[in-house]
This record gives sequence, C-alpha cells and structure tokens, in this order.
Amino acid sequence: MNYLGKDVELKVVGTRPIRPDGVEKVIGRAAFGADFSVAGMIHGKVLRSPHAHARIKSIDTSKAEALKGVKAVITANDLPNIPSEEAFVGEGPANFRDMSLNTIARDKVLYDGHAVAAVAATSPSIAEEAVRLIKVEYEVLPNVIDVEEAMRPDAPVLHEDLFTQGVDPKPTKASNIAKRMEFKLGDSASAFAKADVVVERKYKTAPVHQAYIEPHACVVSYGADGQAQVWCSSQGQFMVRAYCAKLLGMDIADIRVFPLEIGGGFGGKTLVYLEPLALALSRKSGKPVKMTMSREEVFRGSGPTSGGAINVKIGATKNGRIVAAECEVMLQAGAFPGSPIGPALMTPFAMYDLSDVTIWGYDVVSNRPKVAAYRAPGAPVSTFATESAVDELAKQLGMDPLELRLINAAKDGTKAVYGPTLKDIGFVETLEAAKSSPHWNSPLGEAAPGKLRGRGIASGFWFNIGGESSGATYVNEDGTITVVSGNPDIGGSRASMGMMAAEVLGMDVKDVRTVVGDTTSVGFSFLTGGSRVTFATGMAVTQSAEMVRDELCKRAALLWEIPSEAVEWKDGKAYPAGENAGKFDPLSVADIAAKSARTGGPITGKASINAQGAGPGYATHICDLEVDEETGHTTVLRYTAIQDVGKAIHPSYVEGQLQGGAVQGIGWALNEEYVYTKDGRLDNAGFLDYRIPVASDLPMIETILVEVPNPRHPFGVKGVGEPPIVPPMAAVANAMENATGVRMGSLPMSPPRIRAALDAAKG
Amino acid sequence: MAKTHVTATINGEETEFLCDGQQTMLDVLRDEMGLTGSKEGCGSGDCGACSIIVDGRLVCSCLMFGAEAEGTEIMTIEGMADGENLHPLQQKFLEHAALQCGFCTPGVLVASKALLDKNPNPTEEQARYWLAGNLCRCTGYDKIIEAVMDAAAEMRGE
Amino acid sequence: MARVTIASQMCRPYMGTVTEIEVDASNVRALIRELDRLYPGLGNQVEESMAVAIDGVICQDTYLEPIGADSEICLIPKIAGG
Repeated sequence: MNYLGKDVELKVVGTRPIRPDGVEKVIGRAAFGADFSVAGMIHGKVLRSPHAHARIKSIDTSKAEALKGVKAVITANDLPNIPSEEAFVGEGPANFRDMSLNTIARDKVLYDGHAVAAVAATSPSIAEEAVRLIKVEYEVLPNVIDVEEAMRPDAPVLHEDLFTQGVDPKPTKASNIAKRMEFKLGDSASAFAKADVVVERKYKTAPVHQAYIEPHACVVSYGADGQAQVWCSSQGQFMVRAYCAKLLGMDIADIRVFPLEIGGGFGGKTLVYLEPLALALSRKSGKPVKMTMSREEVFRGSGPTSGGAINVKIGATKNGRIVAAECEVMLQAGAFPGSPIGPALMTPFAMYDLSDVTIWGYDVVSNRPKVAAYRAPGAPVSTFATESAVDELAKQLGMDPLELRLINAAKDGTKAVYGPTLKDIGFVETLEAAKSSPHWNSPLGEAAPGKLRGRGIASGFWFNIGGESSGATYVNEDGTITVVSGNPDIGGSRASMGMMAAEVLGMDVKDVRTVVGDTTSVGFSFLTGGSRVTFATGMAVTQSAEMVRDELCKRAALLWEIPSEAVEWKDGKAYPAGENAGKFDPLSVADIAAKSARTGGPITGKASINAQGAGPGYATHICDLEVDEETGHTTVLRYTAIQDVGKAIHPSYVEGQLQGGAVQGIGWALNEEYVYTKDGRLDNAGFLDYRIPVASDLPMIETILVEVPNPRHPFGVKGVGEPPIVPPMAAVANAMENATGVRMGSLPMSPPRIRAALDAAKG
Repeated sequence: MAKTHVTATINGEETEFLCDGQQTMLDVLRDEMGLTGSKEGCGSGDCGACSIIVDGRLVCSCLMFGAEAEGTEIMTIEGMADGENLHPLQQKFLEHAALQCGFCTPGVLVASKALLDKNPNPTEEQARYWLAGNLCRCTGYDKIIEAVMDAAAEMRGE
Repeated sequence: MARVTIASQMCRPYMGTVTEIEVDASNVRALIRELDRLYPGLGNQVEESMAVAIDGVICQDTYLEPIGADSEICLIPKIAGG
C-alpha cells in the first residue's frame, strides 16, 4: 500500500517533531563507543607500522609479554590465515583475505599505520608502554603513493599476485593496477567530429578522510565457551558480526553485537578495524577488552577515500548540445584493491542525455591505508572533473551554465551511460528550482578591493540503494507503540521510522518510540549506508506497522463479533465500516491492547525484506565565493543545495543531510588532503593540519527540497544522504574560475595553490 | 605513580578525586567520575568535543591536567540542565535539529553557553567565530548557529 | 522477449563483443540461468558482482524480481554506498 497521491492527507510525515533520542544526546548521557564499560575490562592498544612499505622479518613480543599488567599480546598468528575469497563485502567489492591482512599485517606492511600487533593490559598506559616494547624487524622497501606513479611499469609492486583484471590479454607481470573497467555508449571517437567546441583537461584530487569526530571504539567480551559480545559504534551491527565471525573463524550465532550510538561514519565505519583485534585479545586474555583509536590512529590506520587523476574531453555544438564525451579515471585503492571505480565511472554523466560516450578507469593500489567508503564513493572525484569541464564548455560557448545543463538534461526515458533507461527522476526539477532560487536571482555583489568574487554551479547524481532490512512494531500493554529498527541511526533515521509507523497507525508520534535493536533483537539488516535506511528500513517498518494495523482491526472485529472486513482504521482508532456493520463506539489502540491476551495474544508486526527499486538522487548546487588575491584564502559567501529527495519524511533531517554533505564537499574542494613525507609517512594526522571546515568558514547553507516521489516506496522516499557531496567540488571550482579567470584542475584549492595559480596567470 | 588529591566544585557539587600526573581533566571526568558526556575527539585541543567551563572560562579539558582543577568551579555538559528542565540552548538544539550524530553536541552546547554567558546578544559572525573551535562533521553548522541565535533571543526575553 | 544490454566491459570474458541480446525470462533467477546457458560462467558473475536494472529500476541480490515480456534489462556492476 502506498501513501502517495494528492488525496492522501499526511498528518505526521512531513512534520518536524523532536527526535526520540534527542534529550539523551543534549544532556550528554547517550552512550557512544568509548563511553561504554563492562566490569573487569582491560585495555587494548595497537602497534602500527612506521613504514609505508616493508617486509616483516621478525616480531619479538617477549618484553611486552613480561611487563607487569600485560594480559595478552597478539600478532597475525593469533587470527586464522584466510585464503583469497572474493566477495561483495559491505560497501564495495573486496576480498576477505585482504580484509584480514588489513586488520593485522602478516608478511608485509603496506602503509604507515598498518597494524602489526596488539596488546591488552590492565590500563591504557601500560598497554601503550607494552606496545613500545614490541620489537619488529623490518626490511624497508621502496614505496609509491600517487596514483599515476603507482601505475608506471617501474613502480614498486605491492602484491606479487596482483594481475590486472579487465584487460585482454591478461598480463603476465604483476602490477599495482588491480582492475580496468569501461562503459561505452555509441562511438565517441568519431562523434567528436560533430563538435564545434571541444574542452580537454586533466584533473587531480587528493585523498581525503571522512573525518568523523568520534574515533573508532569498542568493548568486547569473549567467553570461555566461544560466545562473544561486542559493543561498538558502527554503521552496521550485523556487518560487525559477520566480519568478526569471518576474521576470527567463529560461527555467526556465537557473536552478539550491540550497536552503541555512532559519532559520524559517512561510510568510514562500514568495516571493522578494532573489533577483530579486541576479540583476539579477549580470547587470549580471558577478559573483556576495550579498544579506542586516537585521532592520529584514525588518520593513519583507517580508510580514507581515493585520491584520483581524471582526464576529460567533452565536445558540443554551438547551440550547446553535448555530442561526445570521453573520460579516464584513475583511483587509488590504498593498500588492497577495491576503490569505487565502478560508481566513479557510472555517475558523472548520469545527469545528461548523451549518445556517444566512453568512460574508463583503473583501480590502483598504493602504499596508503585501504580506502573505505565515503559518501557516494567515487562519484565526487569523477564528477568534479566532468562538471568542471561542462562549465568550461559553457564559457567557451558563451552560454549560461544552467541553460547548458537544461539543454542536455536527462529526463524520464533518457538512456543513462551506464545502461538503464532512467525513470521517475527529478534532475530537471533541480535545475528549474536553481533557476528560480533566491540565490541564483540575487546579484553577486561587488568584491572589496584586493578580492575577487565569483559564482559557480554544478550538478551530481547518486544511485542510492535498497537491500535487506528488518523492522518490527510492537503494541505495548497500554496502547503505546515500540518500533525496533535494524539499522544504526547516523542522521536521525530513528525519528523517521517512528514517524512512518505513527502515520500508518494514525497515532501521535510521541506514542510511538523507536529504538535500534542488537543482532538478536531484530531481523537481519544490511548496514547503514548507501542512503538506504529511510528507503529500505523505512519500508520494512511501514510494512510491520501495517501488519499491526490490520491485526488491530481483526481484534476489534473479534470484540464486536463482526467480520474483520467490516472494520476500518481511522485516526488511530477502529471504527465499524458503515451503517451495516453495527453501532459500536470506536476502539483505540489502548482499548484493544487491554484485551489483546483474550483475543489471541500480543500484537506484533515484523517485516524482513530485500527492498528493490531505490530511486536515484539528483542534486544541483550554487556557490558564491570571494578570493583574497594576496593570501589566496577563499571565503564561501553563499551556498545553496538543491536536491530531489522523493519525499522528505522529516524535513529538518533531510535538510541536515544536504547541509552536512555540501560542507564536506566544500572542505574537500578548499582544504582537505593527505600530506605525505618523502618516505611515505602521513604528515598531517590530526585536526590541526587536516583542516575540515569550521563554523567561521561558512555561511548558512540554504536548501531547496524538490519532491519527485519514488513510486516504489510507500511514502515516495528517495535516499538523500549521499548526493549532496557530489556537486560541491565542481561548484566551488566553477565559482573560482568565475572569480579569478583561472581554471583550477587540482584539489584542494588551498591558499598556496590559489596564489601560485594567480601568479602564473599574471605571467 | 603517586596520585594527587584534588578538591573542586563540579556542576555545583563539591567533589574530591585522585589523579596521577598523566591524567588530563578529560580523563578524570570520563574514567574517574563516570561523566562521559565530555568526549575525546582528538586529544590535542583541536576539536572542542571535550569543552568544559572552568571558573567561567571555556577550556578544552584534554589540554588541562586533572591536578589543575584544584579549587576551581567547573561546569560540564551534565551540569547544563536543571533536573528535568533543559537549558534553552539544549531545547533549541532539539527544536532546530541542530544535531545529527550528537557526538560534538555536548562540546558545542558548553561552548555556546560560554558565549552567551559572556555576550548575550552575539551576531551570527560572532557566534560562528566563537564556535570555530568546535568541529562538527555532520551538520555543516547551519542549524547549530540557528539554534544558538534563537536560544540567545529567548534568553534575552524576546 | 526481454532485451538485455551491457554497457560495461565486465561481461567481455564471457560474451566477447556482444553487448545486446534477447532473452526469455520471467524473473531474475530465470534470467541468470538463461544467461549462463548461453554464456557459461556469466550467470555466476551476474549473481555475485552485478546488479540488474529492469525497465530502469535497479535491483540487486534478488532472484524474485519479475521481468516482463518486453522489459528492458541492463546489467551493471553492483552498487554500494557510504
């Protein structure tokens, strides 16, 4: 059943109630990973490689083991040696052997920060001291970090058994190129002949970290009977359970994972780092173990996203029709294969109706931490390049960049570059909304002396996914409702789950409380990510609430002794449906609940589904900025994020996703990057020198929510979390070009780079 | 290692604790006193998640030794509400959806209170610069600033 | 007959240069079986590493999604998120 359509009056969905978990968060009582404790727990710390690339010749843990207070020391030998096994793991293609080796190194260390050993001791300071006492003998090897350098035939090779997939004939020599992928529509090479204007440029981006403010943390208790409990913040309690089972060689039923509150993830917590180590330490020591990462460890030892190199060539006729496009994308995967090269290729042209396009790319390993997902993985990097190129095309054609996008916009019925015919999409709507927005229609204003002002616009696309989700709705004895969601709440989804259930039941949202269940308290749910929770878990919760509503009607019918078809549910009560059903006073949920035992038992609804048909998210962003010619410093003056959200269940939290994603993109555009020393070590592993946007860097982020409902979801929801990070880098770069006349092809556009570019332009 | 005995007033209560020379005030709050509302985001004073108010001054508790608390008056996030009555800032944060994951929220609330204690009528720019020491990765700061400005107006009786 | 197209080169090892075929299948499972019959090994690749877009709607990890007599089907790499 769906709740779409003009004659459906929604009472809860679309409003802005206070979230059910809000008070405990503003009083500081909510328990995040590091806030949790169990009796008798000891503390774990990790020894990490100081080298970017080295062979491990020996590890001597004897002095560490002898230190008073140390209860266990582990190396890779304490975990099973997993053979190569391809899987679509969590948020991307991977291999469990690689995941095991990334968790703790076996023969080789592949990045500065790679875990080599771990210690559990009675206090964190003793554990740290013990880590310092572990002696590792390394044979340092030459390292390579930059993606293009890693692709060279003479580059140091990370894996002797890595042969490029997707090339014909299959190479006989190992290299750092894990995979080649290509998508093709028509014949771009000859289509360029039709173009009046061709733009060709090279782009480069640096690796950036998700930079969640909460470092990884967990508490783990392994029992003598092989059963374990894990309390951790993560983007998926079932994911943690599955990966720990795999990496430790345990049965899934023997692990119970309790999701604690999570302090930001953005994709970076869709895997495990500390949990398997803590389990091994807990198993060896016989005690519960708590482990946390320091901020430095988060930067050195957890997966950031890929940096990349992109070559773009686009051609258009003089009336603005794009006739040909070619794009080559090279993405760093970090130490093990698995960069998001697929989505990087499939997304950047998905905004346009094109018939001759070739886009290809490479997944390349290099001596950096293995990449983890980061909000719309792959898309921001390639879209930065293609949307910058579209802007350059507009300039050469003397055309308004918004008009150029409208002329070429994908609509329902357009065949996307990656294959399917698009439908129920709202891209044009975002462009129209941009065109009529207050921002676009306000003057840029005069720049002060010594400053330059500019305005830029860019668009983006992300698929969003569905997947396996579970939800349950329980009627409590007093008629209030408890909803259990299978997914950790990273952006306010708990509120939306409760709102959808309340809408279905016609109840006040305050009487419907939502909690997140542990792995034994709710059915399996795929992790929180891919912008899928409000869509897929929302669908499961809605179905479970509908089951409850139908059961409530059945019970009312029983109490009235009339057929159940003669009962209807309205505004939270059961009513006889029409005159013939009989004269009965309506029954509330509380009335029916009071008699539930006598009418058959507790009233519960449960749904476990594999939600298909997630609707893609299109976004268009507008950026005004001002650059100081002397310092190269950029101030964002005004920013508007416009997106097709399908249906905003709780508009404040949807706006929050647009604002948060846009600001992450602004940071990626202007300041964030990993800085390496010559020997491949991370130089800026802290928040002082890894500079994310702060409150004084930004204006208010205006948002415009466009709603083109997704007919596959009962309320029309489309995922919203990821699309907002796709346009900002190009929007900022386009505004930069508009301000300075200089096209910045390399990110971040930090002050020294801007200064150098301005100086070079002056000649 | 010998421990220092410290007496301080924390959230209005006279409190005593023992700490060693290495423990920061953040360690003391979280590990000795069970006040886990203040968070460690970086341990180096860059993120503000550990913000507390010491003798009326906004401080990163990870940059202060536990022993330095001797004789001081300290407010942490746990002392902001008055029993069941939330501070206007806390209430406005909820109404404006000024938190998503909630991890930076205690630090931002404490810092915002310190701002309004000092300047009950800040401009948006003043609020943004005051809060520049509190990193948030989820919200983009927009709704945080709206909530702070709205709470300030309410506290001024507007 | 449903029309199946492949825009990526992922299926080349099994299909060579063929990028468009017609297949008789009533749901995704039947599709996988039929593809594997025509191009041995392709079925497993589709099941493990690919998503299926049926008339523009992306489906992955499912046998049961129905395919219409005139459906347009695209095989694309599996999609994740962050």
